[in-house]
Amino acid sequence: MPRLEFGAAIDAAVAEAMARDPRIVVLGEDVHSIRATLFARFGPQRVLAAPISEAAFMGAAVGAAMGGLRPVAELMLVDFVGSCLDALLNHASKVAGFTAGEWSVPLVVRAACGGGYGDGGQHEQALWGLLAGIPGLAVVVPSTPADAHGLMLAALRCDGPVVFLEHKLLSRSWLDFMGRGGRETVSFDVPPDGVEAEVAPGVEVPIGKAVVRRPGAHLTIASLAVGVHRALAAATGLARDGIECEVLDLRTVRPLDRETVAASVRRTGRLLVVDEDYREFGLSGELAATVLEAGLAPRFARVCVEGTIPFARHLEDAALPGVSRIDAAARALAG
Amino acid sequence: MDAVGLFRQMARARAFEDALAALWGAGRISGEMHLGTGEEAVAAGVAACLRPGDAVALDHRATPVLTVLGIDLAAMVAEMTGREEGLNRGRAGHMHLMSRAHLATSSGIVGAAAPLGAGFALAGRALRPGSLAVAFFGDGAMNQGMLLETLNLAVAWALPLVLVCKDNGWAITTRTAGVTGGDPLARAAAFGLPTADVDGADVAAVASAAREAAARARHGKGPSFLRARVPRMDGHFLGDALVRAARSPAHEGRRLLHDVTSSVLARPGASVGGRARSVLHLANLMRIARRKDRDTRRDPLERARRLVGEEVADRLEDEALAEVGRAVESAGGGA
Repeated sequence: MPRLEFGAAIDAAVAEAMARDPRIVVLGEDVHSIRATLFARFGPQRVLAAPISEAAFMGAAVGAAMGGLRPVAELMLVDFVGSCLDALLNHASKVAGFTAGEWSVPLVVRAACGGGYGDGGQHEQALWGLLAGIPGLAVVVPSTPADAHGLMLAALRCDGPVVFLEHKLLSRSWLDFMGRGGRETVSFDVPPDGVEAEVAPGVEVPIGKAVVRRPGAHLTIASLAVGVHRALAAATGLARDGIECEVLDLRTVRPLDRETVAASVRRTGRLLVVDEDYREFGLSGELAATVLEAGLAPRFARVCVEGTIPFARHLEDAALPGVSRIDAAARALAG
Repeated sequence: MDAVGLFRQMARARAFEDALAALWGAGRISGEMHLGTGEEAVAAGVAACLRPGDAVALDHRATPVLTVLGIDLAAMVAEMTGREEGLNRGRAGHMHLMSRAHLATSSGIVGAAAPLGAGFALAGRALRPGSLAVAFFGDGAMNQGMLLETLNLAVAWALPLVLVCKDNGWAITTRTAGVTGGDPLARAAAFGLPTADVDGADVAAVASAAREAAARARHGKGPSFLRARVPRMDGHFLGDALVRAARSPAHEGRRLLHDVTSSVLARPGASVGGRARSVLHLANLMRIARRKDRDTRRDPLERARRLVGEEVADRLEDEALAEVGRAVESAGGGA
């Protein structure tokens, strides 16, 4: 089985799907450079460099999807969704609803997300909760190269709009582009298992299915993307003190795999959410509602981002859900 | 302001940008770093027309204007190196530098400076009669909906706003001309804005055009649009892969070309002709990046030296270097 980097695994999925399905096109800012391999292989008719006009090209991607293409619209960073939210909020997500399911929007929005490399509050947001708050959108956030490959394959086969977010700490090309810039004078706390791993080419990962990354009896930690790796690191330390954590990788924010979450929490009686997105009115609250609706009343805590992500690296480290915050929250819950 | 005064400001701005490049290269500044090298004449020429009470909305290349406005250099260094003594206490970083005292703000969202500038102008008209606002942005932003909408809004409300387009021919790693219909100047004129087209490396020409626009704004005659052609001397940001590939093709270019070459051979894909065009397009972008890279004929500092004479220019550059050196030192050497 080949070892692939996170970003290359996604590109491989897109390339495989483009070779199979001529309706798939890639469009967005700078795609001729950031997707140079796709551009070289499929040419400018199928890999279309867009001006810095998010509202126009995202709206056009929705129209193109309604018209029969299957676009992958690249937003560069998910933070830029502010400039084109209408296309997703009022159009991509609503066409199926307005037509009672007769007309769908097979659109994949691909964007980098997340922090940990000191780029400040307009370029490091997670925003998956904001987007998952829109009925009609699927939102996937993989944590491993295999899931990144498989979820992108699934997204490209999906008939509805899917937001596909790739965390910059997992994607070597994004981290080099945004954080390293060819320097050897900077370092990042990169989770190695998320950056490069074995990938079975062509194997889809279903949208809407969480996975247990580590079984444990005392406490459920639900997370996604880099948070999964932080949770696993914390769980290793906690296990030494007899606290056995079950680490769930949600993989998909919407549709949320409520059954897997509830089943785990039913066993452990405790739920800790590790979410790099904003704490209020998002995924962590939704998970609390999920277990309550399942008739459970677990002890609950969350480790999230609480405000604007600060630029300074030491402040940023404290703001993001790191291992020490997870460790402390888990001990408080288990105690 | 006379030629010596303008050159002094340009020299300060250049020395500051060079110091930022060194700090970034040493890993003292995290994340991206978009330098404004090449924009010094625009910064000095426009800022020479400003008075206390005027406001500026800036983009991601904010530092030359902020330097010329007299913002404490040590505070900016401390900000960009993530220190509590920083201009924004280490929270903002270079893309979000803000000074309430100077009514100066910046943004990492392309195009956002225009509507913010319009709002500054609205507030200025109500609260600081005779004041104006300036919005600085690039040609890439000229395709952003919020900016085009602002051209209309500024005219409709006759706002005391000077819109300054720093036209460097690039939109991130895309040639702007390839993704732009018509000409920025003609667009602005079509909205009814008085326009001026100047060589942005010619500080006297910039200052003269800015003076006219400022006078219109201060006298209630509404907004103006100034297009200044500038070189982009250090890529989209420091570490720009395109520039790196062009500067040291043996190192950086190798991986890019390897990836592109192997994907050109993959099947199925576009026609042979289509693939050849893709590769030529990428090679051409690298060629343009190399040719335009640090072309001294377009360097505004080199041009302005002629206005003041070599001897005076040398002295002013030495003074600027010393001032910036002291600022870096008092900010803890960027530690």
